[in-house]
Amino acid sequence: MNLKDEFLGTWTLLKKELLRFWRVVFQTVAAPVITAVLYLLIFSHVLANHVKVYDNVNYTAFLIPGLIMMSLLQNAFANSSSSLIQSKVMGNIVFILLTPITYLQFFLAFLIASIVRGVFVGTCIYLFALLFVDLPMLHPWIIFGFAIIGGALLGTFGIIAGIWAHRFDQMAAFQNFVIMPLSFLSGVFYSIHSLPPFWQKLSQLNPFFYMIDGFRYGFFGQSDVAPLLSLSIVTAFFIVLASITLGMLKSGYKLRG
Amino acid sequence: MKKAIVFNKVKKNFGKLEALKGIDLTIDEGEFFALLGPNGAGKSTLINILAGLMKPTSGSVKVMGHDVIVDYQNARRSLGVVPQELVFDPFFNVREMLRFQAGYFGKGRENDDWIDEVIEGLDLQDKANTNMRMLSGGMKRRALIAQALVHKPPVIVLDEPTAGVDVELRKKLWQFIKKLNQKGHTIVLTTHYLEEAETLCSRVAMMDQGKVVALDKTRNLLKRFSAKNLNLRLDLKGKKIPASIQRLMQTTDQNFVTFLLKDITAVELIISELKKSKIAILDMELKNSDLENVFLKLTGSKK
Repeated sequence: MNLKDEFLGTWTLLKKELLRFWRVVFQTVAAPVITAVLYLLIFSHVLANHVKVYDNVNYTAFLIPGLIMMSLLQNAFANSSSSLIQSKVMGNIVFILLTPITYLQFFLAFLIASIVRGVFVGTCIYLFALLFVDLPMLHPWIIFGFAIIGGALLGTFGIIAGIWAHRFDQMAAFQNFVIMPLSFLSGVFYSIHSLPPFWQKLSQLNPFFYMIDGFRYGFFGQSDVAPLLSLSIVTAFFIVLASITLGMLKSGYKLRG
Repeated sequence: MKKAIVFNKVKKNFGKLEALKGIDLTIDEGEFFALLGPNGAGKSTLINILAGLMKPTSGSVKVMGHDVIVDYQNARRSLGVVPQELVFDPFFNVREMLRFQAGYFGKGRENDDWIDEVIEGLDLQDKANTNMRMLSGGMKRRALIAQALVHKPPVIVLDEPTAGVDVELRKKLWQFIKKLNQKGHTIVLTTHYLEEAETLCSRVAMMDQGKVVALDKTRNLLKRFSAKNLNLRLDLKGKKIPASIQRLMQTTDQNFVTFLLKDITAVELIISELKKSKIAILDMELKNSDLENVFLKLTGSKK
C-alpha cells in the first residue's frame, strides 16, 4: 500500500465513524447537550449561594467549563466504545478486519472521531450556556489544548473498553462504575479547595480532575493546580493508554482469534 | 501455473482441541475450488486464518505469494471474503457500505464504475440506496458478496454463500460467480450443497476433523469412488432381506432400501434373490454416484 492508499483508508474509516454518530445525532449530540443544560439550570439555581468557588467568578460561570468538559469526555468515550461493541456484537467489525487497514490507521480513525464528537458536544453546550451567562475566555489555546487531549484520552479509553468488552452489560459497567464516578468526583460542581484534606488528596489521583481544572483555567485564568502540571499529567495518561491500545490492536487482542 | 493460495503445514489449536492438524493445500490461479466437510471439520477456521481473522498456531499461508501475517496488507488486497454469517452495518445503505469497503482498500471515487457493475451484476440496483437493515436475507447475502468484490480481488472466498438462499437467487449468484471465474478470478467455495460443488468446481478438497481427507479433481473423485445407488420400495410384509444381498445394503428405512452397487450386474442378483424370497418390488430407482456418496465414504458422516 502506498501513502495515498493508507490516507484514503484512514479517512474512509474516520468518515464512517463520523457519519455513524451523525446518523443518530439526537441520541449522540442533542441528548447530552440537553442533560448538561439541565444540570446547569438545576445546580446553578440550587447551589449558587452555597458553594464557594473562585473570587470574582460566579457559580453559574464556574459550572459551565466543568459541564462542557465532563460532557466532552463522556461523549468521546461513548463514541469509540459504543461503535466497537456494536460492531463486535453485530459481527460487522469483520468488514474492517478483512482490509489492509493497519492497527495505527484503526487507532487514528477511532481516536479522531471520538475527539470530534466530544468537541462538537462541548461546543454546543458552550453556545447554549452563553444564553444564561457571560463567559470569559482568557486563554483560548489552553481551552482548545485541554479539549483535544481530554477527548483523545477518553477516546483511547473507549477503544480499550470496546475491545475488551464482548457484551453490552460489560460496557454499561465501564460507563457506570468507572466513567461516571470519575467525572462526577472531578470538581465539575465544586473547587477541590472546598473539600476536606483527605478528599482533596483523593481527587488529585483522578485524571478527570486535571482535565477539568486545566480547561477551566482557560476560561478564568484561575485553577486549583498549575495548568502546565495538569497538561503534563493528562498527556502522560494519554501516552500510557495509547501505548496499551496500540499494543492491543497490534496483537489482535480479542479481535483476531 | 501461479499459485493463488498456499497453505503450508497449518495447525490451529484451541486449548487442547486441535482444530487443524497440519493442512497442506495449494490452489492454483483461476481455479474454481471447493472445500467440503461436515460441521467442525475445520473449514471456517482455515478460511479465517486465510483472511487474517485468526492466527495459526504454526505453519504459514500465502495469497498470491503474500504471507497473510508478514505481508498482510498485500495478502488482504488480493483477497475478497464473503463471511458465512449475514453481518451488516445498520447505519448505512448498500452503496455507502460498498464505497466504505472500497475506501478501506485505498479506492476512491474512480472505483464507482466498478461498484455500479457489481451492483448490477448482483441485481441490487433497486436496493442500492436502501438501508442494510431493511434488506431481506437474500438481499443481505448479495450485498455481502458485493462488499467482497469492491476492491477487485484476484482471489474470492465464499464461505457457505448460498446457505438459506432460495433456488432462483442461488442460480443468479452462481452465474455471476462463474463469470468472475471466467475472467480469471480464483474462486474458493465452502458449501453444504454438494451438488453445487459437483457442478461448479473443478477441484475439491474434503476435510474431516482438521485434516484434508481427499483432494482431487471433482471428476477423478467421482470416478475413484464410482458406484451406483439402487433405491427400492419393497413389499416386505415382515420378511427379511436375504442374507446373500445384505452386504450390499447401504441404508434401510421400513420398506425403503438402498443398495450400493460397485458393479451394475449386482442388480440382477438383488432382483433374483428378492424374487426367491417372495418379496415384491413396488418401485425402483437407479442413481449414479455423486459427491455426497464420496463425502459419506470418506468422512463416515452425514452431510
